[in-house]
Amino acid sequence: MHNITRPTIAGLIASAAFSTLISAPAFAQQKVKIGFITTLSGPAGIIGEHMKNSVELALDHLGRKVGGLDTEVIYGDDQFKPDVGKQVSDEMVKRHQVNFVSGIIWSNVMLAVAPSVVQAGTFMIGTNAGPHELAGKLCNELFFTTSWQNDQTPEAMGKYMQDAGLNDVYIMAPNYAAGKDMLTGFKRYFKGRITDEVYTKMGQTDYQAELSQLRAKKPKAVFVFYPGGMGISFLRQYSEAGLRGQFPLYSVYTVDEISIPAVKHAALGQIETRYWSPDLKNPANEKYVSDFRKKYGKYPVFYGAQSYDGIMLIDSGVRAVKGNLADKKGLTAAFRKADFASTRGKFVYNTNHFPIQNFYLLKAVAGPSGQDPVMEIQKTVFSNHKDSYSKDCKMKW
Amino acid sequence: MNLVLFLEQTLNGLQLGVMLFLMAAGLTLVFGIMNLVNLAHGSLYMVGAYLATYFYQATGSFALGVLLGLSGTLVVGIVVELVALRTLYERDHLDQVLATFGLILFFNELIAILWGRSAIFATMPPELSGHVELIGGLRYPLYRLAIIVVGLAVACLLWYVVGRTRLGMLIRAGASNRTMVAALGVNIRLLYTVVFGFGAALAGLAGLMAGPIHVVQPGMGELVLIDVFVVIVIGGIGSIRGAFAAALIVGMVDTMGRAFLKPMLALVISPVAADTAGPALASMLIYLLMAAVLAVRPEGLFPSRGS
Amino acid sequence: MLVAIMLLLAAVPPIAALFAQPFYLDLLRRVMIFAIAAVSLNLILGYGGMVSFGHAAYLGIGAYAVGVLAYHGIDNGWLQWAVAIGASALVAAAIGSISVRTSGIYFIMITLAFTQMLYYLGISIEEYGGDDGMRLGVRSQFTGLIDLNDPTAFYYLVFAILVLFLYLTHRLVNSRFGLVLQAVRSNEARTRAIGFSPYPYRLAAFVISGAMCGLAGALLVNQTAYLTPEFMNWTRSGELMFMVILGGIATTAGPLLGAAALLLLEDVLQGSSLLPKWVNDHWQLYLGVILILVVLFARRGLAGLLPGRERND
Repeated sequence: MHNITRPTIAGLIASAAFSTLISAPAFAQQKVKIGFITTLSGPAGIIGEHMKNSVELALDHLGRKVGGLDTEVIYGDDQFKPDVGKQVSDEMVKRHQVNFVSGIIWSNVMLAVAPSVVQAGTFMIGTNAGPHELAGKLCNELFFTTSWQNDQTPEAMGKYMQDAGLNDVYIMAPNYAAGKDMLTGFKRYFKGRITDEVYTKMGQTDYQAELSQLRAKKPKAVFVFYPGGMGISFLRQYSEAGLRGQFPLYSVYTVDEISIPAVKHAALGQIETRYWSPDLKNPANEKYVSDFRKKYGKYPVFYGAQSYDGIMLIDSGVRAVKGNLADKKGLTAAFRKADFASTRGKFVYNTNHFPIQNFYLLKAVAGPSGQDPVMEIQKTVFSNHKDSYSKDCKMKW
Repeated sequence: MNLVLFLEQTLNGLQLGVMLFLMAAGLTLVFGIMNLVNLAHGSLYMVGAYLATYFYQATGSFALGVLLGLSGTLVVGIVVELVALRTLYERDHLDQVLATFGLILFFNELIAILWGRSAIFATMPPELSGHVELIGGLRYPLYRLAIIVVGLAVACLLWYVVGRTRLGMLIRAGASNRTMVAALGVNIRLLYTVVFGFGAALAGLAGLMAGPIHVVQPGMGELVLIDVFVVIVIGGIGSIRGAFAAALIVGMVDTMGRAFLKPMLALVISPVAADTAGPALASMLIYLLMAAVLAVRPEGLFPSRGS
Repeated sequence: MLVAIMLLLAAVPPIAALFAQPFYLDLLRRVMIFAIAAVSLNLILGYGGMVSFGHAAYLGIGAYAVGVLAYHGIDNGWLQWAVAIGASALVAAAIGSISVRTSGIYFIMITLAFTQMLYYLGISIEEYGGDDGMRLGVRSQFTGLIDLNDPTAFYYLVFAILVLFLYLTHRLVNSRFGLVLQAVRSNEARTRAIGFSPYPYRLAAFVISGAMCGLAGALLVNQTAYLTPEFMNWTRSGELMFMVILGGIATTAGPLLGAAALLLLEDVLQGSSLLPKWVNDHWQLYLGVILILVVLFARRGLAGLLPGRERND
């Protein structure tokens, strides 16, 4: 331990550590800073890519100026881990001193991030995750979301299947919190007989054993929630096992514009419920979808539409306070009006800052001239649907 | 219990088992002979799936896709062996685990750069689509039957190569006493490269067969990797016979657990408790099995002697 | 060398306050928490030669101990942390009693298998959030003594625990117990021959290591104010191992250097605007390559690159 080089090394590390520290800006800025957190690495990185692309498109549409001010968007990768997401958001709030933190795909990351962001007095504009805590008792003046509450989409499917008079439904989901929430939400509106309720291993990619069990039970219909890669495997195997023709399959968050290119015809006829679809008719959406396809060469997905809306919401707020970002009360009041052209047409905010919006029945139909299937709106299931947790929110306005 | 359903689940277990075996065979050989812990074995599975999908779409011929996919994975395996892994044989397991963990990150991102992060569509050959009626009421997907047949054929081939040929003799000798084999004048480096490439091709085969029914995306290898490790540890490292037995056991236990654990638990405890405990227990079952096997036989079911 | 680093870490809060950059406090606190976990792993992996691929289990158990007690309204930090340490030690004893009998790759895999079981268990327990995990509403309370909501106070607490653990492991590995442990690692047969049965020594080290890591878990959940089964994911175990190797196994300063290097490297690779965009976008590719290069060319880790280093073997 006795060595004369010691101070040199200490000095080296010190200079390395603090050179970044000093170079970081220490003054308040005359521009809008948005920290956008999503998952950019690993298999789920595709969702983050769609969100990031949509944010960039929104900035293009705004002439790179949010609310008329110069804009800097800092992207952060949460790696699908709540503690990493927390660290990234701390970095954005404390080091980059952003005005808005936005993005976030996963409920658990959101629950780790949102409370600490709003506690620091910074706005949190969620663009995907909608855990019930934030819709209920953790609701906050500084928290808004442009997405939905987790339970709403399966509720819409439950309602549809109930109204259609279906019975003997076999329901399946992965064995984790969101999976259980989805089936719970479904059962809140579906009151018919349920043949069996099956939970599979998280991340499972082979469903043959479960499909054999399903066939043996001879249900009248099947309802599933299999997001991402699980959904791709499930749909292909469902179709391959010849079950497509035997038992009609209904789902939520299983078939979307990300999974369709990997599932192709195995998605045909699939029925989903959702609050947005590329074919939703309104000027903002038509512009978003066509410019997205032009710029990135593929269909956008709901994650992207919500993120696009998130930037537009921020834009509307910053405009309303005339660029005075310190006016937090003014911003909250402006956001509550949701005065922007949403890709979902019109939506208004509920008291808990979650949208009140329509839910539609979507069906995967054959694409034009032999292309991949596309989602098509069939009918409206819920008009102006509110989530069921807003009553737990104490906010008054 | 419904007999047809039970038969069908047995076939499912068998099919899962042979897939695990294809992965496990290469891994256990590399372990047994080079004493190398290769976490990146799952990456070769992914490479196989991607290459076969790519070549099938490019050439329009399934056979050509399989052939090019297999040889591609073989080449990738050999390159990885020559560039990165060769220097690791003399290191301890720790270094190997880390370097191959690094390889996983590398391959996943590389695939993401080349093919994008979203899952790609792997076409099923039309000749193998659909299903057949085996016995009354038992309809089974043709493609999965084909997997079982290929898997069992590879197992027979391996049994022949390892048990009856000169190469196999060297492999067995290498697994039990490396130094001795080298001392006898065998080009051990070449043997290593051959074995590694061979294992890579088997992983690639598993990957390309999994492509059309599973999801082909970056990181797909890690989902199966840990199950495969469970297989080779239960089987006894370095033992092909052990890997085969363990793969079938794990395949069966996992499948039967997923299918019948919940209804069986419901007979003993309340149905509500079974709803919660069943899926939880089913996902832990193979790890429990492994812990139980190792508690009784610390070197697995068929330990290879020496080294 | 180590003293210099520690002095530097001790000086961070006033400097960060001076530059109005409290973020660095959070980042370095996180680094130190992982360093504590890496120190605990180093005890069995570096000195004991037991390559545990499941050390993240104890991070998880420590975190769940705090989270579950807080969920049921018990905020007392002493109790929470005692349970975190105790529960980790118990689980380590159970896992260890089976695992320590095996060696080599079997040991690696069986520790991994047990951690996978705990991971799936965590996912399945709906009461405590399942896969989503749950929020820690109130940080551990040490009324009148220290307030963890104060970033600087929390920082110095983590710092003190790190110093304590570094000191304790240093004492431990140089004690009779530690010497036997290292002897078992280098030559088990000879150790047996001179009359030591390795099993109790290795098991004891395994349990001590688990208990230490449990405390790191308790700290981690207070740091993130959130707990999830993700803490027990197998890649976490891999990261902990990597910290130990990167820093230099069986060295006192190694785990700290490794934890700092890995976490700061991740931060720089994905976030630094000095690096080109294609590095930021695909940072895991470069991290992977760096991992491989470190293993291939820097065999003794960072501690091995530094002059005046101190090795304990």
